[in-house]
Amino acid sequence: MKDIREDIAWAKINTDVLKSLESPRKLFWVIIISALTVFGIGVACELYQYNMGLGVANLDNPHVWGLYIATFIFWIGMSHSGTLLSAILHLMHADWRKPIYRFAEAMTTFSLMTAGLFVMVHLGRLWQFYYAVPYPNERWIWPNFQSPLLWDAMAIFTYLSSSILFLYVGMIPDLAICRDNIHTGWRKKLYTLLSLGWEGTDRQWRNFRVTYLTIACFLIPLAVSVHSIVASDFAMSQQPGWHVTSFPPYFVAGALYSGCAAIITLFIILRYVFKFEEYMTLAILKKVVRLTFAIAMVWTYLNLIEYATVWYSHDEVSKAVLIQKATGTYAPFWWMMNFCGSIVPLIMAFKRFQTNIPVMMVVSLLLNMGMWLERWMIVSPTFSHGYYPWTWDHDQWPSWVQWGVVFGSFGWFTFLFMVFCKIFPSVSMYEVKEMVYHRSLASKKLEVAGMQESGKGAH
Amino acid sequence: MSVSNLLENWSDFRHKHPVEDVPHDPYKWAMSIDLDACTGCNACSVACYAENNLPVVGKERYAHGQAMHWMRIERYWPEDDREFPDQGAQFLPMMCQQCEAAPCETVCPVGATNHTPDGLNSQIYNRCIGSRYCSANCPFKVRYFNWYDYPTTENVWPAEMTQQLNPDITVRGKGVMEKCTFCIQRIRVGQRNVKNEGRVLRDGEVQTACQQVCPTNAITFGNLIDTESKVHQQWKAQRVELAVDEQTKDTEEGGSDLRGYRILEELRPYPSVMYMERVRESAI
Repeated sequence: MKDIREDIAWAKINTDVLKSLESPRKLFWVIIISALTVFGIGVACELYQYNMGLGVANLDNPHVWGLYIATFIFWIGMSHSGTLLSAILHLMHADWRKPIYRFAEAMTTFSLMTAGLFVMVHLGRLWQFYYAVPYPNERWIWPNFQSPLLWDAMAIFTYLSSSILFLYVGMIPDLAICRDNIHTGWRKKLYTLLSLGWEGTDRQWRNFRVTYLTIACFLIPLAVSVHSIVASDFAMSQQPGWHVTSFPPYFVAGALYSGCAAIITLFIILRYVFKFEEYMTLAILKKVVRLTFAIAMVWTYLNLIEYATVWYSHDEVSKAVLIQKATGTYAPFWWMMNFCGSIVPLIMAFKRFQTNIPVMMVVSLLLNMGMWLERWMIVSPTFSHGYYPWTWDHDQWPSWVQWGVVFGSFGWFTFLFMVFCKIFPSVSMYEVKEMVYHRSLASKKLEVAGMQESGKGAH
Repeated sequence: MSVSNLLENWSDFRHKHPVEDVPHDPYKWAMSIDLDACTGCNACSVACYAENNLPVVGKERYAHGQAMHWMRIERYWPEDDREFPDQGAQFLPMMCQQCEAAPCETVCPVGATNHTPDGLNSQIYNRCIGSRYCSANCPFKVRYFNWYDYPTTENVWPAEMTQQLNPDITVRGKGVMEKCTFCIQRIRVGQRNVKNEGRVLRDGEVQTACQQVCPTNAITFGNLIDTESKVHQQWKAQRVELAVDEQTKDTEEGGSDLRGYRILEELRPYPSVMYMERVRESAI
């Protein structure tokens, strides 16, 4: 099974991808409308909370953080696989990433934007959020540089701006194709502006390659550090269940995991909605599924490590939190998280299911649910069962306002993502051409060498 | 704000470990609470509500854990097979422990909670953006968040009741964190009064609201540096020291007659409140 047909004409790649900007299936509009509805629910909940105060979210003492922070980590985590696919696999010359990295990178950008919303929604006085920004001022008032939360804000902002840059730079040759092929309306103006006068000269290509590679190299350590810093929010604190040294790698693994699962979901949706069956092939799906399986096993290992370090430590309080997770109020969710995170991915080990679209759709959604639960199980049980027994609170349940905002964030993300895919080419045209070209070249070489029987292409 | 200024005066800006820093001078505010004297009458808590403009949140929100009691009386029931009322609750008045190495201070993203030179853990309401990280990292969970807008939309102090608010301090709006301040408004007034006389505060010149109303004098507040102060004497008698994480009481072999301890001091927040253990019937 080949990753892509090697005899697709370059002109056909152009027309196929450009068509996605104009005539998607009906399902596209259904998705847009339902995403907006869901987002509307979230906005309504947030407005209510903004006016009333955070009490309506049913937060209390000791449960000062809840689903907002859990979902914030979830969205930050989701963003990591875009970078994995577009930057790390780019450096490793894994060319099967080419038809799917663009939407993965867009997923990175939009999930970071969604995560940023949660920082705001979570703040007691969000209208004063700029106090956390180190802006120069006459009164020498700076944010507290010791606070992991401040590192967090900076890391996310850096990662977001770099991701947008990376997404944009990688898209310039494609924007020029759009400019040259779409001749009407505001789109023409937009593409003309954004393609920065791209003509495809040798010099432009050379500079482009260098720039793209540089940003890719810059983005990789950034991606690792961002989620390590999010982990520091917890690991640097003193609370039982959070004060764990292995949290940064554990968080990074979890981030890549949920991101890869989300890529599978979006792969399946885009493939259908924008008629990309020829480009987002089942062979590529298979590779993504295998990658996800590998990361799932890494996560499972680190997860078990975390339990083991707590269990075999002499920290009775942390141990009590772990026991609470497994037996207390949160037990159903905790077990479900372990089931979805460690058992469900085993399905992906079977070849028969790796290219089965309905099965992979369900599995990827279950994995993401498991990963969302993981974040919730990191945040809330520690609050319910901390150091101070008098403040133990095992009965707190997030109110509909919290659930509404969490729900709404999925609408916001889907809306942004789908609008992006409608306006910008979500399959990289120039890179798919390269891929087709290199592969046909490689199989020709094989033919010459008389090794065609082996049937293997490059990579 | 220039870089050269920052580099030249680096030692002034560098924040050292609070306990190993230059000793607080001339004040280090501290407390000692005698649990043997505490009857659990809640007068301290009520006085705190009156002194510090704390909103009364109502039964339902109290049950939700949204109460604003800076000073709370905790009840503990011994597991000795006796049924209520014979069981006999034990009480523990709990307020901000004004830690010397406060876990809340380092995590605040905007630096709204700070250490004052006289050893208090201060809270700047105007600076707080409500991230609640301080509360998340507080082992005692003694920080209270304004979940609602109590003065306005909740109308906790309708019309004439605003007359009973303490004019010395603010009324907090929604979205900020607050906590026990050791009645900082009283401390500051006292400090300014004696500054004119060119002396430092004497023991008993400043009382916290909770200390003032305690019918059994279970709460002692004062300047730990002043060797004449009652709080200093009590800490000394119990051989409790500020900058250590384990007291003589816990290290003496074969048990100890000392009663002084600090809560969760093994976490090394170095709390400024010493509790004196209740003398149990079985021990006499």
